[in-house]
Amino acid sequence: MTNPIVMTVDDSRTILMLLDRTLRQRGFDVVQAEDGVAALERLETERPHVLITDINMPRLDGFGLIEQVRAQDHFRALPILVLTTEATPEKRARARAGGATGWIVKPFEADKLEAAIRRVIA
Amino acid sequence: MDQDDILAIFFQECDEGLAVAESGLAALAGGAADAEGLNAVFRAVHSIKGGAGAFGFDALVRYAHLFETVLDHLRAGRLAHDLEVVRLLQRSRDVLDDHVHAAQNGGAAPDDSGVVAELSQLAADPGAAPTVAASAEAPAAAEPDADEFGFMPVTVDLDSFNAPAETPWLVRFRPLAGAMAHGNDPLLLLRELERMGALEIRLDETALADLAVLDPCEPGLAWEIEMPGDTDEQAILDVFDFVIDDCELSVARKAENAAVLDLPADLADTPAPADQPAAESRAAAAAAAAAPPAGERPSIRVDLDRVDQLVNLVGELVITQSMMAQRVKDLNLDLSEELDDLSHLTREMQDAVMAMRAQPVRTAFARVPRLLRDLELETGKSVRLDVSGETTEVDKTVVDRIGEPLVHLIRNAVDHGLEAPADRVAAGKPEQGVIRLAAEHRSGRIVITVADDGRGIDRARVRAKAVERGILAPDATPSDEEIDNLIFAPGFSTAERVSNISGRGVGLDVVRRNVASFGGRVTLASTPGQGSVFSLTLPLTLAVLDGMVVRSGGDTYVIPLANIVECIRPAPGQIRAVGSRPDVLELRGMHLPIVDLGAVLRGENGDEGSETAFVIVDCEHLGRAALRVDSIDDQRQVVIKSLEANFRAVAGLAGATTLGDGKVALILDPESLIAMARTPAAALSLAA
Repeated sequence: MTNPIVMTVDDSRTILMLLDRTLRQRGFDVVQAEDGVAALERLETERPHVLITDINMPRLDGFGLIEQVRAQDHFRALPILVLTTEATPEKRARARAGGATGWIVKPFEADKLEAAIRRVIA
Repeated sequence: MDQDDILAIFFQECDEGLAVAESGLAALAGGAADAEGLNAVFRAVHSIKGGAGAFGFDALVRYAHLFETVLDHLRAGRLAHDLEVVRLLQRSRDVLDDHVHAAQNGGAAPDDSGVVAELSQLAADPGAAPTVAASAEAPAAAEPDADEFGFMPVTVDLDSFNAPAETPWLVRFRPLAGAMAHGNDPLLLLRELERMGALEIRLDETALADLAVLDPCEPGLAWEIEMPGDTDEQAILDVFDFVIDDCELSVARKAENAAVLDLPADLADTPAPADQPAAESRAAAAAAAAAPPAGERPSIRVDLDRVDQLVNLVGELVITQSMMAQRVKDLNLDLSEELDDLSHLTREMQDAVMAMRAQPVRTAFARVPRLLRDLELETGKSVRLDVSGETTEVDKTVVDRIGEPLVHLIRNAVDHGLEAPADRVAAGKPEQGVIRLAAEHRSGRIVITVADDGRGIDRARVRAKAVERGILAPDATPSDEEIDNLIFAPGFSTAERVSNISGRGVGLDVVRRNVASFGGRVTLASTPGQGSVFSLTLPLTLAVLDGMVVRSGGDTYVIPLANIVECIRPAPGQIRAVGSRPDVLELRGMHLPIVDLGAVLRGENGDEGSETAFVIVDCEHLGRAALRVDSIDDQRQVVIKSLEANFRAVAGLAGATTLGDGKVALILDPESLIAMARTPAAALSLAA
């Protein structure tokens, strides 16, 4: 059985690298994108099982990305987790209203990261 | 990729972010900022905070969070950016810089109390302008928000602690329509509970609609799950974290017959007004995506090692191509047209590969504005900075290495070049001094100039000092240019008192040596009363080198052009014995020690009979010397092959290269050659 593919989207290479290392250690394959535009370009070919995205990014931010992903029929049910530094009720509500499936609080713990992903992929 | 590698990437990103913040805030100060510029500053600070959190740099996280909060007010329009606010932000950026470097070097966190007080005031009350007077009162406000790391106040039901541990949990879960709309799936949640040891899962399908009117997104199903009594309640709630706003959920001890749990108010309610800005921002983001900013080009990141490998391969290709050209010529084959094409292609390919390593010098220039602000405070001089050509591209290694010499030259220009404000006014100049920083390409090299409009070099004083220090012979007749360049001599300093700024035990000789170590030169042109211009001439790349091809004893060598001052064929009488030295070259009043390549490299005696030429080299540490060679053949670009990587370091040699005829030539290191040629008995200084 092949590993689930996680697409990580963040303009910070540090965060991308940390996610990459943690996810690979836990049996995921990782595809990276440095902002929303790059993620949209790669989504079609990479077909990830879950998308993890930052909010603040140049060109196309996380909310814009989610909206454009959800606008495509075949990605309507794609689990999308938002990386956020705070999970305040306002931020959670905003992530939900924006179409996110769930959220991961930065800095993330490996166990919680894995649990959050396993919670949204079959 | 281990932790340290990622940490290195983090600090590299911090530097990039700080540079973005610097230029963004400078644009803001100049009134040229747009929304995207401000967003870029916000993102830079936000990214630093995010990375710092991952590595546990708590002081940095706290500070960046505060800074980011104020920037957020600014970009949301809650705070107007008048000049005073922008100045505060610039100082805040500088303190952020200090925080980053404290984290990087493991030092103590910088004293940020002043800036933190002012930022806290703005963060709490964006309407109020910053006032310095309030700064002492407000440090408590710098404490981070309690929920910064996502910890939320959760009301703990004390009764649940009193219940017997064995009493199982009863979880009632009814997903609402929204739960499935965004990619959540109740089945996965149930599976997670099952993995956690669920005792029993019961389905309640009484609310399921008839098939004819069934809405697949309206589940109409509910579950009751029994969890072992020793399961952590929070762990159960965590499972439903993503759907908690889209379901009816209760978690309680079974014995209590599943009284509905009081969810903390802030966890359960969904503030409706929050939707509005979200929608707006998404619309704005979509618009931004539809029209990407002009000048934005797609790019990919490539590991530097891979590019270097390509550079090496192309270098080999260039050599092979010229070897083939030679062979074709020897065989008298008529292939000149094809060979020309091949030659063009390989050269273009070489340029293209070099361009991949090229970076704008902007990153190196970005440190300057902050440095000048510090210098203004230290010296009481007012300075305006003019920057041009910051998009000029040069090899990444060169960009990385010019930072330090540049800082030194700027310090020198402000400290020694610019006069005190009163002296400037007396000299009929504006009170504010000007430092011009410029970069441009000039004949295959990059020239970076640091110009000031200060007092210029006092030649009489420099000359007197040089004679006094034994750097210049009392009877020498140096040109103005040569006098100016004496300030680069080791041990030379005209500062009458050692100032805090340039007097850090580091002279301009160190700048020159530093720059020479990567193939560059520093020169100076000065006009008394009008200022000085320091020029850094740097190679565009460190993979190829401009060199003079010379011959000695039948072998071919390459001397780096950066070290060469001139080439001469001596007239009779120019070589003579001075003191204990058998031969010294006399050149316009200066006496240069002669280094015979054959003697130093092969232990031969100086071959007087052969045709002789001299290459005058200037080394930053050991000064000038005349290298005696048999002939000077050619000047060309060569691809540097490391001796250390392929063999081992050899004294006197900087590397090797393959010439067009396929022969290997050694690249000389003049500095170490001169050191080898010196013996204690012949320690004749240039001043002799």
